[in-house]
Amino acid sequence: MLDVIIIGGGVIGCSVARSLARYDLKIALLEKAADICEGQSKANTAIVHGGYDAKPHTLKAKYNVLGNQMFGTLCTELDVPLKWNTSLVVCFSEDDIPKLEALKKQGEINEVPKLRIIGREELHKREPSLSPNACAALLVETGGIVCPYELTVANAENAAENGVLFYRNAEVTKIEKGDSCWVVKSKAGAFETKAVVNCAGLYSDAINAMVSEDAFKILPRRGEYYILDKKYADVFHASVFQLPTKLGKGILVSPTVDGTVLIGPTAEDILDKSDIRTTPQGLAKALKFGSLTWENIPLRDVITTFSGIRAHSDRDDFILGEAPDAPLFFNASGIESPGLTSSPAIARDLADLVAERLDAKENPNFNPIRKAIPKFREMDDLERAKAIAANPDYAKIVCRCETVTEAEIREAIRRPVGAQTIDGIKRRTRAGMGRCQAGFCTPRTIQILCEELNLSPLEITKFGEDSKLLHSYLFGKGEQRHA
Amino acid sequence: MRKVDLLIIGGGPAGLAAAVSAYEQGCRDILILEREDTLGGILRQCIHNGFGLHTFQQELTGPEYAQKYIDRVIDYQIPYQCNTMVIEITKEKQVTAVNRSNGLQHFQAKAIILAMGCRERPRGALAIPGWRCSGIYTAGTAQKFVNLEGIMPGARVVILGSGDIGLIMARRMTFMGAKVLACVELLPFSSGLKRNIVQCLDDYDIPLLLNHTVVDIAGRERLEGVTVAQVDPETKRPIAGTEQYYACDTLLLSVGLIPENELSRMAGIDLCADTGGPSVDENLQTSVSGVFSCGNVLHVHDLVDFVSEEAAKAGAKAWRYITDTLDKNLKSMPIISGFGVSGAVPQKIHVGNADQPVTLMFRPKNVYKNAKVCVTAGEKEIYRHSSRILTPGEMVSLKLTPEALRQISDAENLTVKVEAS
Repeated sequence: MLDVIIIGGGVIGCSVARSLARYDLKIALLEKAADICEGQSKANTAIVHGGYDAKPHTLKAKYNVLGNQMFGTLCTELDVPLKWNTSLVVCFSEDDIPKLEALKKQGEINEVPKLRIIGREELHKREPSLSPNACAALLVETGGIVCPYELTVANAENAAENGVLFYRNAEVTKIEKGDSCWVVKSKAGAFETKAVVNCAGLYSDAINAMVSEDAFKILPRRGEYYILDKKYADVFHASVFQLPTKLGKGILVSPTVDGTVLIGPTAEDILDKSDIRTTPQGLAKALKFGSLTWENIPLRDVITTFSGIRAHSDRDDFILGEAPDAPLFFNASGIESPGLTSSPAIARDLADLVAERLDAKENPNFNPIRKAIPKFREMDDLERAKAIAANPDYAKIVCRCETVTEAEIREAIRRPVGAQTIDGIKRRTRAGMGRCQAGFCTPRTIQILCEELNLSPLEITKFGEDSKLLHSYLFGKGEQRHA
Repeated sequence: MRKVDLLIIGGGPAGLAAAVSAYEQGCRDILILEREDTLGGILRQCIHNGFGLHTFQQELTGPEYAQKYIDRVIDYQIPYQCNTMVIEITKEKQVTAVNRSNGLQHFQAKAIILAMGCRERPRGALAIPGWRCSGIYTAGTAQKFVNLEGIMPGARVVILGSGDIGLIMARRMTFMGAKVLACVELLPFSSGLKRNIVQCLDDYDIPLLLNHTVVDIAGRERLEGVTVAQVDPETKRPIAGTEQYYACDTLLLSVGLIPENELSRMAGIDLCADTGGPSVDENLQTSVSGVFSCGNVLHVHDLVDFVSEEAAKAGAKAWRYITDTLDKNLKSMPIISGFGVSGAVPQKIHVGNADQPVTLMFRPKNVYKNAKVCVTAGEKEIYRHSSRILTPGEMVSLKLTPEALRQISDAENLTVKVEAS
């Protein structure tokens, strides 16, 4: 019998897993995809929001500000890249300055520290590449950028190291009331557990409906993005938002912690929660509004486009806590932006609540520290020589665009909750995320996955299920492995 | 810090030919650094024939062509390191590289030849809308799977773009039992060699859809099909109502090659926006003294024979630089790409005491019939040649004689242009 089952391996599920591991509990996390971080958490804007944006007195406002304050320690403990690069909300007309003031006031009610309106001169001094039409901005000192997949993976690894069990390809099909427990039926088997925490993102309404009459709906909202080459790492320093106007909700142009530039997202309500397509209209819109911030976006250097889907709830706020009619079933639902920022605070409070209800003791062996896979590209000469001496695989560069070595790829597979797919390796190491988008490294990455997991190349997938990469051997039978 | 006279980065056709040439000129302290596990570069996976017609008057396969140069490198005992990745180059010609047997290595070179080749433009660069499923490969990646690893990426194939690798892969996939449904080209003309269109598409009844593009990609996990639409030749925008769906499990992209100049940029070398490669003079020397560039890292070539020829020159000139016999302090004159000319190389020449012909290469911007290629300095025309047809798929290579160059020694610049009738 388990104490807690967490449903969903996104940033919320993995953060809750880590926070719960602070208690002396038997915990498992079930993820329906082939890997953790396959949903909302892999495709978002990667911002640590200040907290000016959320309506005062909402859970979004509360957890945004709390989460923001926790991020520094969190990322230090988990060795996750985080940069306090500040955020700017710019406007393009003097007439809109009162709206900036209103936004500032809202932020102050939410207790966001150090908000300031800056005028044209300071704005362009800070961001020389900004369109000359930008005339004022709200400066958010506490705005930052983070790597959302590294954060999710780091939470999962740390949780696993502290005893949480992870099951992937484990879609939950049914939850039943057992004898003083829940029976969670999944594609990875049935589990008995005292408590369930629903962190199923876009599907959290369906999971909730399995046990509770207190229904809510997740209304999927898609956003489309562009990513530009690292060449432009220095073009913008802050994450530049636009003041929402009647023309649009405001497209962001932001550096990422990895040095690329992100443009997006659009916001489009869709019907199918799994529809992560990009569309000509969406991409055109992202570009059109992005160009207000950054004139003449260098389209030649777009390296990829993607879309992400936000789990917007019909309650218009985060849904957190125990379901009123289902004891020991907890929801963390409707977690859209600022969900990433809020994740550490949500996880802490939810874990504390679950622990209290289970009357759990602290786990004396909990170790909050997780070390990232050492990144060859970030080392100096001395560190590189040392790394190679300890492991010669550090001298074999597999992904040339992002300078990712074979050692990093093998470690990404071998770690707790390790990568088993090409996309899993990509999110853990950046192999294949660069300007050639895996054109060169895919064959070698497949070989390494085959060697590590004892699979044939025909079994390797991009992200699980039927996303197989290769079709058939030209000669001989399936015996032939890594040519 | 190990000292070496000539360091060559890249052991593909350009690096090999440069090494052989430098050796034959007298250079004895050469080192080739190659990131793959064997020499030969991209030619290793080009198992089709048609290489070497100019250089060897023979129809060779890619590996055969490469082997001729590899054999000479071995005969001359020119040192090379495979599985070796250069991670840094400085203006001072210091190079950092890594490999398993030597770990982190530092070199101080007297001269460097950049011969890193190019990479393929991926899907993301085109922002093709649709699903992000598996089954989408660049043509070169698919070629590597099929020809080097013996694995077919798929069975029903659509090819986007009509670059040479895409065309070659249309035939290759057909040979190996796949069905190639169409080759889809955005432009009104193919960017591949005429002979490849005939031998790889026409011979196998694979339709080439000019003025078309892929507007949607279907398939949540593995690719299930693509939607192709006609585009307006002017705006390149898809024309509504012309969409056709092709059920397929594989989309190969052959939508352009990009010279790999991340290391060049690191060394502060000036790059040319039109070619994507370094700006060079007639000696193939970049803006950093003693650093030369040749092959597809300089500009994307149509034929490997021209790569070898260019690289041989880079090798010879690098040796002259090392021995301090390369002309210095001569007046330089920019070469301007005029009408119909895309990215002429070299980007500048020194005309002071030209004693050898200067080769100028470029790709025509469009298809021109019965056109002339002219080189002028102000009013003075120093070169003119008529061509029945010029196409972007085939490079124009012309030689300016020393006599012609001497006539214009006080001109401001040279313009190369197409006069279309």
